Amino acid sequence: MLFFLSSGLFLGWSLGANDAANVFGSAVGTRMISFRKAATIAGIFVILGAVIQGAGGAHTLGSLGKISALAGSFTVAMSAALTVFWMTKFKVPVSTSQAIVGAIIGWNFYTGNPTNYHSLSKIVTTWVAGPILGAIFAILLYWLLKMFLNRAKIHILRLDAYIRFALIIVGAFGSYSLGANNIANVMGVFISAAPTTILDFGLFTLNGIQQLFLLGSIAIAIGIFTYSRKIMEAVGNNLVDLSAEAAIVVVLAHSMVLFIFSSQSLSDAFVSVGLPAIPLVPVSSSQAIVGAILGIGLLKGGRTIQFGVLGEIALGWLTTPIISGVLAFLALFFVDNVFKQEVATPLPNTVKTEIVHTSIHENESEKANLKTVEVSENQLVSRKITTTSNLFLTLVLLAFAIAVLTIYNRQRSIIRKNKELLKKNQEINQAQKALMQADLENIKTKKEQLQAELVFKTAELTNFALNIVQKNELLLKVKSSIDEIQACDDMNEGKQKLSRLYSIVNKLLSIDNERLQFHAQVEKTNQEFFIRLQKQFPDLTAGEKRLVTLLRLNLSSKEIATLQNISLKSVEMNRYRLRKKMNIQSENMSNFIRKL
Amino acid sequence: MSILFKNTNSVILNIEEFFDTIDKGVLTFKEGVSNYINKNMAAFENNLKQIDKLESTADELLRKVENDLYVHSLLPQYRGDVLRLMDKTDDIIDTAKENLYQFDVEIPKIPEELNEEYIKLTEISVLAVEALIPAAKAFFTDPKAVKERLHRVFFYEKEADQLANAIKRRLFREMPELKLSEKMHLRYFALHIEHISDVANAVADILSVLAIKRTV
Repeated sequence: MLFFLSSGLFLGWSLGANDAANVFGSAVGTRMISFRKAATIAGIFVILGAVIQGAGGAHTLGSLGKISALAGSFTVAMSAALTVFWMTKFKVPVSTSQAIVGAIIGWNFYTGNPTNYHSLSKIVTTWVAGPILGAIFAILLYWLLKMFLNRAKIHILRLDAYIRFALIIVGAFGSYSLGANNIANVMGVFISAAPTTILDFGLFTLNGIQQLFLLGSIAIAIGIFTYSRKIMEAVGNNLVDLSAEAAIVVVLAHSMVLFIFSSQSLSDAFVSVGLPAIPLVPVSSSQAIVGAILGIGLLKGGRTIQFGVLGEIALGWLTTPIISGVLAFLALFFVDNVFKQEVATPLPNTVKTEIVHTSIHENESEKANLKTVEVSENQLVSRKITTTSNLFLTLVLLAFAIAVLTIYNRQRSIIRKNKELLKKNQEINQAQKALMQADLENIKTKKEQLQAELVFKTAELTNFALNIVQKNELLLKVKSSIDEIQACDDMNEGKQKLSRLYSIVNKLLSIDNERLQFHAQVEKTNQEFFIRLQKQFPDLTAGEKRLVTLLRLNLSSKEIATLQNISLKSVEMNRYRLRKKMNIQSENMSNFIRKL
Repeated sequence: MSILFKNTNSVILNIEEFFDTIDKGVLTFKEGVSNYINKNMAAFENNLKQIDKLESTADELLRKVENDLYVHSLLPQYRGDVLRLMDKTDDIIDTAKENLYQFDVEIPKIPEELNEEYIKLTEISVLAVEALIPAAKAFFTDPKAVKERLHRVFFYEKEADQLANAIKRRLFREMPELKLSEKMHLRYFALHIEHISDVANAVADILSVLAIKRTV
């Protein structure tokens, strides 16, 4: 028994996991209440709604097709559950209500039971009416709420607290309505297996159907506790975009739709004032929510509405029952023929016909005329049913083909879009790679240019230094020339030598300036080196630093001596001190300095 | 029910107190500048102490509101906006306190013929803040009324701007007896006082955007 019920319980679990988010998503998503609190409230009220008010929807489903064998009920519920699972996986909008109706029709077709088209039309009308009513309720409620808030001028924080409180109340009402309306989806097909015993708890009693619904609603509650958290947070984030006031209106409108289509007393009240009775039918909770959101979007001018959502809902109305029905038909075939389980008890109509036939045989002579009339009437009815069934079957097959084609096209378009996206991403990546390559080349060229510039500057500096050295050498020559002039006795020769000397001296006059320029130039071109040197050897004097720089230019001691206008011995001594200060052991000093 | 809304009521009271503190702060600033100019130094000292205390209270209240909003998960949708508004409003009292301390530290020599103008500049600058406070409070209860209250802030800010310019012009064109350093010093004080209305204007800009966000 429990094994057969397991498919219904699985369906209940998935309903709880998916649909509780519609009720408490905004509250949990905005962290207005904790998930644990929301799940506890939702669980309790779903159970209450299912047990107290769940019978109406189940009755309508029962009238669509009264599944009489437990194996049949199991297969129908399992087909619906698999359809929901499969369609959710492929991200096609799906509703448990539509899946179970399709599966029941599939059972009707397999077992040859006539489908109650009156009930079917009632159910289909309600599916369309659900989102529309959700939108109407949302528009009215939002408009009233906005009007009230504009007049009441409530403090934003107090309003937040009221909304928080209202979300709990509305969430509880929504959970109650969800349980009342959707329990028929979960346990409706098992009604024939309901126990006949009545449980008396003193304060209240539970009949067989209520016991069955209690079990189903517990499965929903477990679904809420175990798996709805992520969905609640995701739905919450979507609803929050609407603002807290709109979110509460959406949940309330959705709850009202579910409540209306499950309340027997409301339906009776309608009848008592002369209005038509409300059909008690399980409706899709998600579609009622979408309807309500669209309603608010319309009220705000319709700019934010995504009309594609409407198409997705319509696609769900068409595809879900058909896929579920076909799946149920095939599954019933297997259960019946492979597992040899009874999926339906003999038709009551057949029994009735047999009894009629027996009585005809017994009273053949007395009711010969009556028999002819009844047989011809039966034939007419059966022909009518066959014609309608064929027509319906053709329509279903046609719709199935359309549905498959639509889903196929949808998937193909998704794959195509993904491929295009991938291609674009690849192109972007390639472009980025090329850009990076170009950047790299650019950097390389720049580096080479800088290197060349460095070489040039070093050469320039060296030339500059050598120039000074040459000039110093010339100065020595000048000195010796002066000595010669001093020693010369001939006035004319002396004059000639003097004028030659004068021009040389003139040329050499700028020597100090050039030396200063040289040192400035050296410091300018080796700024970074100076910083590094300062960091590594902070104790070096200015003179020592200058010596290091000259050594870095690969100048010889003699050249350095000329440049600094000191003796070669002094340079050697300075080099020795520097080597000690810089703690250079056996390495060549110029090499050591160049590595700095 | 009252237990349910206990945290909410406490936060509402703290927010109200915060804005009142800012209001008191700028009034103290006005009084302080007036006392300084009229050379009531004892009263000025008292104003300094007062504004110091008020600024600390405003900071404390701001931290308390921030803490309560996050700890009790209150106002998830507008929490950031409310805290941003309060934080920017807190800048007003910070600026007022800093300015008053600058009077105390730098002791500007204000020529007597400019006394009235400096006092008027202070009054107009403070008026901008006084117009801002009710608008900021309206954001919480009646966002539609915010815009119609903010136009006063923008008006006083412009007035303060013009008056500060007039003072600066007088300083540099009509007072040759003052040293350039004195002129520059006094110019900075005109700027400091005017800056309070600038901060109020910046808060008003934020407030008008937030009010629109709430009404959409």
